[in-house]
Amino acid sequence: MHTPYLVLIILAPLLGALLNGGLYLYHIKRKAIPEIIFALIGTITPFIAFIFTLLLFFELKDTGTTFHQTLFTWLNINGLNIEMKFLGDKLAIFMAMFVTFVGWLIHIYAVGYMKKDEGFGKFFAYFNLFLASMLILVLADNPIIMFIGWEGVGVCSYLLISFYYTESQNVMAGNKAFIVNRVGDLGFILGVVTLFFALGKTGLDFTSMQENIGVATTGTLALAGVLLFIGAMGKSAQVPLYVWLPDAMAGPTPISALIHAATMVTAGVYMVARFHFLYTGIEEIGLFIAYIGAISALFAAIIATRQTDIKKILAYSTMSQLGYMFIAVGLGFYSSGLFHVFTHAFFKAMLFMGAGAVILALHHEQNIFKMAKHRVYQPIVKATFLIGVIAIAGIPPFSGFFSKDAILAAAFQKEEFLLYGIGIFTAFLTAFYMFRLYFIVFVAPNGHDVHYASTDKTISFPLLVLAIGAIFAGFLNFPAVFAGEHQVDTWLAQLQSATLTLSHSTEYILMAASVAVAALGILVAYIKYAKFNLEVPETEEGIIGNKFYIDELYHLLFVKSLKKISTFFDKVVDEKIVDGMVMTVSREFVDFGKKLAFLQNGNVRFYALYMLIGMSCAFLYLYTTLIGQ
Amino acid sequence: MTSLLGYATVSMILFSIGAIGVISRRNIFVIYMSIELMLNAINLFLVTFARYHLNMDGHVISMIVVAIAAAEAAIFLSVIILLFRSKGKLDTDIFTELKQEVE
Repeated sequence: MHTPYLVLIILAPLLGALLNGGLYLYHIKRKAIPEIIFALIGTITPFIAFIFTLLLFFELKDTGTTFHQTLFTWLNINGLNIEMKFLGDKLAIFMAMFVTFVGWLIHIYAVGYMKKDEGFGKFFAYFNLFLASMLILVLADNPIIMFIGWEGVGVCSYLLISFYYTESQNVMAGNKAFIVNRVGDLGFILGVVTLFFALGKTGLDFTSMQENIGVATTGTLALAGVLLFIGAMGKSAQVPLYVWLPDAMAGPTPISALIHAATMVTAGVYMVARFHFLYTGIEEIGLFIAYIGAISALFAAIIATRQTDIKKILAYSTMSQLGYMFIAVGLGFYSSGLFHVFTHAFFKAMLFMGAGAVILALHHEQNIFKMAKHRVYQPIVKATFLIGVIAIAGIPPFSGFFSKDAILAAAFQKEEFLLYGIGIFTAFLTAFYMFRLYFIVFVAPNGHDVHYASTDKTISFPLLVLAIGAIFAGFLNFPAVFAGEHQVDTWLAQLQSATLTLSHSTEYILMAASVAVAALGILVAYIKYAKFNLEVPETEEGIIGNKFYIDELYHLLFVKSLKKISTFFDKVVDEKIVDGMVMTVSREFVDFGKKLAFLQNGNVRFYALYMLIGMSCAFLYLYTTLIGQ
Repeated sequence: MTSLLGYATVSMILFSIGAIGVISRRNIFVIYMSIELMLNAINLFLVTFARYHLNMDGHVISMIVVAIAAAEAAIFLSVIILLFRSKGKLDTDIFTELKQEVE
């Protein structure tokens, strides 16, 4: 069904970005525009996008027919037809709905967080652009348009991570994010090209790809699947391309919330779900994805237990939760994976916002032990943060429990007990390090009187809304064992996800196990940190504290060796060989010219002679050719 | 036909004498006269063929050449006077200011 609204979802934030960008450029010169105008444009445009998405959602719910919108033909080369076309199927609308909603709330939050910042307008321009790029990615009808959004998200993350560009550390973090993402992007584009050729060049939109999937051989499909997943690894920060995510915390906190909840990192999971027709056929690749996800989940959780920076702990927890999502999509449980993306968006955005509110109240202190010493009383922040922590730890009936438990049950059902074991151990670690964070920052006694600090309304409003989401979002996919309806699974039926067929008693046992594990994690954290002596703070030491020296390893393996190769090319290949060749040629010309210079002796008689010789030769040539005819 | 070949030969000989004069002589006046000789050799050629083909075009061009040669003579002579004033000689070998100095 054709609809004009689909593109408006994208255009609204894009327009906001353009307006804010233009006004900001004017603002730099004149200082004439108050923050409220940027804030209004910046927050209203995502809201418009959300409203349009909601309209489409209800229409889709009633009619059940997928929306299409073709704007124009972008490229038409010899049968390769790429149209500027958008697709609003149930998957895309589902994704777009919480992206716009959570994105909108984060925009509101940013108004309070970025208050009185010099780059206020610029920030909102980038922010809107970020959301627009993500929506292009989500609503794209073919991988090429998706790639535009994919790259746009990368650019915006770069711009926003290095938002405070006066500090070289932030710029380095931005560069790192961008460069590591490029590695993944290469995988994505190669994967799309492989798929295009594997399907006999029959078309580049998702619908026709799905129809023609039978044409391709399993080998090429596997290759395309792996390449595409490399793209997902980069965007969704999975082992081994995760290193950019913790460093990305250099940006202002609203960025972290946006990157981690609504945009960017969820793109990888979404992309794998979008290409579900490709992955369902080849189980080995699915298992590979699931294991990468499991390794990432465990790895990030272990690192998170020793981190001292509040935002980095949250960053590692995101990576860990993304690992769960990849376990789900890898095993074919696409809707469970996306459901975890959905619930995660709520509680992770809320956790980041809470962290940001605390950071703001403590004048940009991010070390949790130092934060605890100067603790201020922010009841809303504390309460919502607790909700978020419980949700991510997986305690029922909070949303994280349902989505995470579905994934663990899926691993159990597939008889991938290693995956299940890693998952359940990670769940323990998650509960442990999240409550470590909570107890240190909000509970551990610091021997001071705690003063009340007022929280800006623009900060507390989104927190409260998201808290509701974090508590109740889980009920949207209420498990069948509790006589639930699996509404999300039903809505995403097009993905043909695998379904849980475990007996009810098994499911009860699994649930009890995960709750017990989470409770154990909380208990350990409580014993260790609830009465923690803040005079002897933990430091980031040892192999875990140093993040397994992965950054150093990468530095050694890639950065240094690349530098060596570059130096070699610069000093030897370029200077000696290329320059040598070019300079020799030019020197020869100069020398030859010097040898001929005696002809220019200034004597007019000789010039006349040269002219005569030249003309004679020309005439001779003309004469012979004319005779030849 | 014999007569055509004769005229052409004469004109070619005149042209060659002029060309050799331009190249080999050093006196600017002689060079100038040699140039005139070349012009008139061409004129002769044009007129010969115009007569031969009974076509007036050649005559017209030769008349134009004469007229231009007259104008050119005026400029040429004044240039010669200026050159003479600057160096006091009319030997072309001393006017080599544009020579390329080879290092």
